[in-house]
Amino acid sequence: MFDHKKLEKNSILMTVCILLVVSVGGIVEIAPLFYLESTIEKVKGMRPYTPLELAGRNIYIREGCYNCHSQMIRPFRDEVERYGHYSLAAESMYDHPFQWGSKRTGPDLARVGGKYSDEWHRTHMIDPRSLVPESIMPGYPFLATTPLKYDDMGLHLKANAMVGVPYDAAMIEAAQADVEAQVDPDSDGVEDLQKRYPGAQARNFDLQPGPPTEMDALIAYLQVLGTMVDFSVYKAEDNYR
Amino acid sequence: MTFLTMLPLFLGGLLGLFVAAGASDTVLYAHGLLLFLFCVLGAFWVLKRGGDAGGPARVTDDGIEYNGAIVRAGVIATTFWGIVGFLVGLVIALQLAFPVLNFDLPWTNFGRLRPLHTSAVIFAFGGNALLMTSFHVVQRTCQTRIAGGFAPWFVFWGYQLVILMAATGYLFGVTQSKEYAEPEWYVDLWLTIVWVVYLLVFLGTLWKRKEPHIYVANWFYLAFIVTVAMLHIVNNLAVPISFGSTKSYVLFSGVQDALTQWWYAHNAVGFFLTAGFLGIMYYYVPKQANRPVYSYRLSIVHFWSLIFLYIWAGPHHLHYTALPDWAQTLGMTFSVMLWMPSWGGMINGLMTLSGAWDKLRTDPVLRLMAISIAFYGMSTFEGPLMSIKAVNALSHYTDWTIGHVHSGALGWVGMVSFGAIYFLAPRMWGRERLYSLRLVSVHFWLSTVGIVIYASAMWVSGIMQGLMWRAYDSLGFLEYSFAETVEAMHPFYVIRAIGGGLYVLGAFIMAWNVYQTTRGNLRDERPYETRPATQPAGAQA
Repeated sequence: MFDHKKLEKNSILMTVCILLVVSVGGIVEIAPLFYLESTIEKVKGMRPYTPLELAGRNIYIREGCYNCHSQMIRPFRDEVERYGHYSLAAESMYDHPFQWGSKRTGPDLARVGGKYSDEWHRTHMIDPRSLVPESIMPGYPFLATTPLKYDDMGLHLKANAMVGVPYDAAMIEAAQADVEAQVDPDSDGVEDLQKRYPGAQARNFDLQPGPPTEMDALIAYLQVLGTMVDFSVYKAEDNYR
Repeated sequence: MTFLTMLPLFLGGLLGLFVAAGASDTVLYAHGLLLFLFCVLGAFWVLKRGGDAGGPARVTDDGIEYNGAIVRAGVIATTFWGIVGFLVGLVIALQLAFPVLNFDLPWTNFGRLRPLHTSAVIFAFGGNALLMTSFHVVQRTCQTRIAGGFAPWFVFWGYQLVILMAATGYLFGVTQSKEYAEPEWYVDLWLTIVWVVYLLVFLGTLWKRKEPHIYVANWFYLAFIVTVAMLHIVNNLAVPISFGSTKSYVLFSGVQDALTQWWYAHNAVGFFLTAGFLGIMYYYVPKQANRPVYSYRLSIVHFWSLIFLYIWAGPHHLHYTALPDWAQTLGMTFSVMLWMPSWGGMINGLMTLSGAWDKLRTDPVLRLMAISIAFYGMSTFEGPLMSIKAVNALSHYTDWTIGHVHSGALGWVGMVSFGAIYFLAPRMWGRERLYSLRLVSVHFWLSTVGIVIYASAMWVSGIMQGLMWRAYDSLGFLEYSFAETVEAMHPFYVIRAIGGGLYVLGAFIMAWNVYQTTRGNLRDERPYETRPATQPAGAQA
């Protein structure tokens, strides 16, 4: 019969036992997620973010948008009707870290891409209540006037590549140029950009002349959210085992 | 001894200069200089004290030179950060009711202030309460001075530096966006160093103990320190874009990252805000009530089952997401099971009052502790309820979660910490009693009423919003637009801010009371009458 007094009299034994006891749950629950099919499946259409979208995502993180907006549609009738097809694990496979959120003070943004015009987003970001009178979102007018810092996008892509996002050497090399190309639809770089990032939309997102702003980047990110997978051809059954 | 302290400070100062020199962004530059400054000031302080790490050691009646100065520092820090954290909470509550208060500036918007609030309350207020009490409890229960000379001071001040770097970072947009783990890679590394020293100081004190047994409060502190180290390291694995930048990308992505994050965050609740604070309960409640812990056997059973079960509960934050169903169900099952060890702790705490229930009438400090345990019991019942998938389908993403968290944080964590502060203030400053017990009672009522207003507002708004989101009209269309559900929240956000305001007010009264106590002042007031026992002594137990 084990006597608890042994533990009470030996701090090292107690520390080791605590460590063993608290390790079990995490190992059983988290470790399988790295090899189970449903959590590592590849879905057609998913690609890494373009450098501009990634920069926009970093602004989304910086401003703490995740505090009020989720990016995870649950498979309920009302959510699917309100927001679109329920979210797949694969749709956040390149998200370091994930942005599923935990609170909907504002609506879910998992499929906000393409739902509103760039103009709408720009106006809404500068003064949310001019478009949605009931809104309690803070205004972000400073995004429209702050030039985007993108001279280090190569480093961002490289760090992402190190944690497993398939950015290749050419993408890292062209990171800065790709930012400029994506906000300038008439530039020569657009074709190369779209070769590297199939389906990437190139346009002047903030509708203002001049170098890329933080508004450009954030709108580019919002407009790509949830649009990579084509649900008219996606079949969930294909992934059943 | 002084050399052993000076060397790491010298290296730390050097590192701070290197970081500042190599920084490509302003925040990292400032934080590098902050580390440098920290080490320079630390070195001066150590030299000035000439090896005396404990301040004016007051030799207690048992003849042991406890380090009381560090506990006094903890009382001040806990009170200070508590007020900061609660105030920022009040500000963001008002922002949700009146969005104009965001001022449309980067540094004042809700998105940046909310992590400031959560971190200030959990890690600054809660963390300092845990440092303060664990340093006090481990010395008293081991009947020995705390181990390591200046090491506990390094833990204390190093931890304040973590808070300062995290808080200023948030305001300037430095965050990795993982809830309750927002600080970036370099702050995480610094916290890891501080935490390892904390573990060593704690273990070192246990090794010097004069008692053969390790007291139950220390099991909980030990589990809290060890497990938080594990959670912190795994959840914050990240690759910085360069050593000159604050920005990093976390190692995991998508669903793996999501579960790692909520494995971390739920156990920040389980080990930081529960196990650690149960340690507080297990020392201060018996002391204040002057009764032994109710059941030794129950404390063993609920300790091991609590720490085993808690770790599994993370997936209940991810119900109906892209996380596989089996993991969700597992998380739900363990969350429901967790109800039992949680209530084991509640029963053990509350029943410690048996034979001393009458003191609730005359001792407002004990009343604070008792109600904190009651709130603990309530939140640990509500938690398992909300982890049931069918309930969670309604409650998730709504204010119900916010209400639940606050009944635990304000009710349990806050009130038990206030109890410990009121216990320590007169004793650590060598005063006869608190400045005012009547003011403790005022604080008690302001907090309790504040929490009840807060939590009920959030229950109503949360359940209402959940129901509105899923409401259909007779033609089969969604009845409400999202904006309409936001509009419906307004009155409850105002009510919530009122509840929070009362709680803040109570904290200010506590700060005043503690300040006057440290000065040795006694308020001229009607004392609480101790009624004569109606039964002969001994018959109550």
